[in-house]
Amino acid sequence: MSRNISINQQFLTRVEGHGHIVVDVKNGILQKGELQIVEAPRFFEALLQGRSIFEAQHITSRICGICACGHSLASIQAAENAIGFLPGEQTQQLRKLLLLMENLDSHLLHIYLLVAPDLLGVDSFLGMMQDHAEAVKRALRMKKQCNTICDILVGRHVHPISCVIGGFTKLPNSRQLETIQTLLEQIKEDLPPTVELVRQFSFPDFIRETEYVALVNDAADYPLLSGDIGSSDGVRMAKEDYRSITNEFVVPHSTAKHARLSRNAYAVGALARFNLNSGKLHPAAQKAAAQIGLRAPCHNPFFNSCAQLVEVVHCTETALQIVERFLAKGIDQSEAVIVGINENRSIPVQAGSGVGAVEVPRGTLFHHYDVDAKGIIQKADCVIPTGQNLQNIEDDMQKLVPEILHKTDKEITLALEMLVRAYDPCISCSTHFLKIEFIGR
Amino acid sequence: MSRPTVAFFELASCEGCQLQVANLGEELLAILDRIDLVEFRELLTERPDGPLDIAFVEGSVVNAECEARLHAIRQRSELLIAYGSCATIGGVNAMANGRPISEIQAEVYGDQAERFAAARVRPLHQLVPVDYFIHGCPIYPDELIKVLKAALAHLPYNIPDYAVCVECLLNENVCMYEKKVTCLGPVTRAGCNAWCINNGNVCYGCRGLVSNPNRAGAEAVLSRYHLDSRLIANKMLMYNGALEPTDE
Repeated sequence: MSRNISINQQFLTRVEGHGHIVVDVKNGILQKGELQIVEAPRFFEALLQGRSIFEAQHITSRICGICACGHSLASIQAAENAIGFLPGEQTQQLRKLLLLMENLDSHLLHIYLLVAPDLLGVDSFLGMMQDHAEAVKRALRMKKQCNTICDILVGRHVHPISCVIGGFTKLPNSRQLETIQTLLEQIKEDLPPTVELVRQFSFPDFIRETEYVALVNDAADYPLLSGDIGSSDGVRMAKEDYRSITNEFVVPHSTAKHARLSRNAYAVGALARFNLNSGKLHPAAQKAAAQIGLRAPCHNPFFNSCAQLVEVVHCTETALQIVERFLAKGIDQSEAVIVGINENRSIPVQAGSGVGAVEVPRGTLFHHYDVDAKGIIQKADCVIPTGQNLQNIEDDMQKLVPEILHKTDKEITLALEMLVRAYDPCISCSTHFLKIEFIGR
Repeated sequence: MSRPTVAFFELASCEGCQLQVANLGEELLAILDRIDLVEFRELLTERPDGPLDIAFVEGSVVNAECEARLHAIRQRSELLIAYGSCATIGGVNAMANGRPISEIQAEVYGDQAERFAAARVRPLHQLVPVDYFIHGCPIYPDELIKVLKAALAHLPYNIPDYAVCVECLLNENVCMYEKKVTCLGPVTRAGCNAWCINNGNVCYGCRGLVSNPNRAGAEAVLSRYHLDSRLIANKMLMYNGALEPTDE
């Protein structure tokens, strides 16, 4: 085939952040298939230097509005490791509950409002109001319920207030726990139609085997907030060795760095977690996976949305279990902390280095801080899930384009947009800490 | 009568203030009955590029590209709303203004620093006329509705110009200074209903300073606790690093 195609889709929509898709085909041969990242950088790494470690959660949650709770939890974990603070069991369970709610909320937004329009043949969720009004209302209702639960737990979902180094500045009382339980029961009622919606989707038929990376553990629970880093190619390392996992490198067309491990690229996110840990999912989530025909290992990146759906069920059921346990034994209100920037010396501080590794909606998020004996940040580093996925997305594009060359430019563009969206990229996140290099300008 | 056209845009930001729109839940559908939401890159594919009645702009201006986009948006929009702290006062981005730009560039970009054109972080009103301000990191949803109503009716919106302490006291919170931690409530503009203190944390000053802050008083309170002056300066500058003398 001697076809020439030039696609330059500027400012990809229905993703978080700014990216362009650029494809160049000459005489039927793919010359270039790139996801160009053009996000304006915000220098968070430099901003943290010289500040109190007790400000890190507040500042780094502002890296991203969508996974603000995930950034907070990774930040707190890294900070507590660095200063040598060990959180108690109640604190850890509440943090897990918060993470489950964030992953649930983010997956719902992605499945219903960002991915569904492509598969239902409309431009956006506004277009869905015509024939799928019930689905839009359900999505907004479920999102609101997630938000209300986050409001109770940490004051608000976007930039959480009360989760800090040392624990929580405010703890839910039994009446609030009952409210959370009721809201989760309501979300649970909306799960069957949610599973049914995804079951009806017809995803593009595309397979490319790659390396999948996620937290792994030797325990029975689906690892989200603790564990080692593992890969489908058999790598396993402690979280402190995350730099040996990510091996970041700079490419000319992206303000965010790329990553690779055993191969040219690897993937993180819901599908990676599913491929590595599906046996540890809640039984109801495993049932949902069977209903929509998702089996590990799955090498179709478009099925990331299916893995997200399975996690939606898992998050709801697991959150309910946690809340029920708290309702049974009560919350010890005396564990509430008032920390500020530790002016009251309520948290002992020592010099050190700490890493946080958390499975946030889009994959494994790393925060790393070095602090001095006064708790002043000397160095900060974050590695964002979307940055880790960028090389893998491009490798997918380079296999996908030749397979669909017979289609129209418009169809190819849509297929590529859907591919990028399947990863649920969070571009503004992935850009903030990284080196920049512009091509040909 | 056709519904007014409304669009959302973002410059350097986390897009969290726009997410607050999706977080309104089914209330959002009621709002969508009254406006024609024509552009919202985070949620919609549509981007028609025509004239707008109301443009919400999140984020601050950090480089020449942001500046050009802001001017283009201002040109197409009858009303421009600075949406969230990054847009109204510079916000957390403006912490970068506290260090020389060359130093920050070298920190983040290393030997590639010269390839990246960085500029002082600026809020929108330092570059174009702004019709309404919605402060906060993130914005307070109740205030978004109030300002939207005012803008649709072409009425002014008066931002509270008293300290967060006023709202905090009405909520009967125990003062954070009683708990031996510093709080920026005494010098920060109200309007958030003391959101952070209600939830057991301190005020970080995300809505910016009141127009005549009692700085001497605040500094006296802070020095009473023998705190490291650099830490306190850092606290004051977490959100206010882009302030110009004319902004106060």
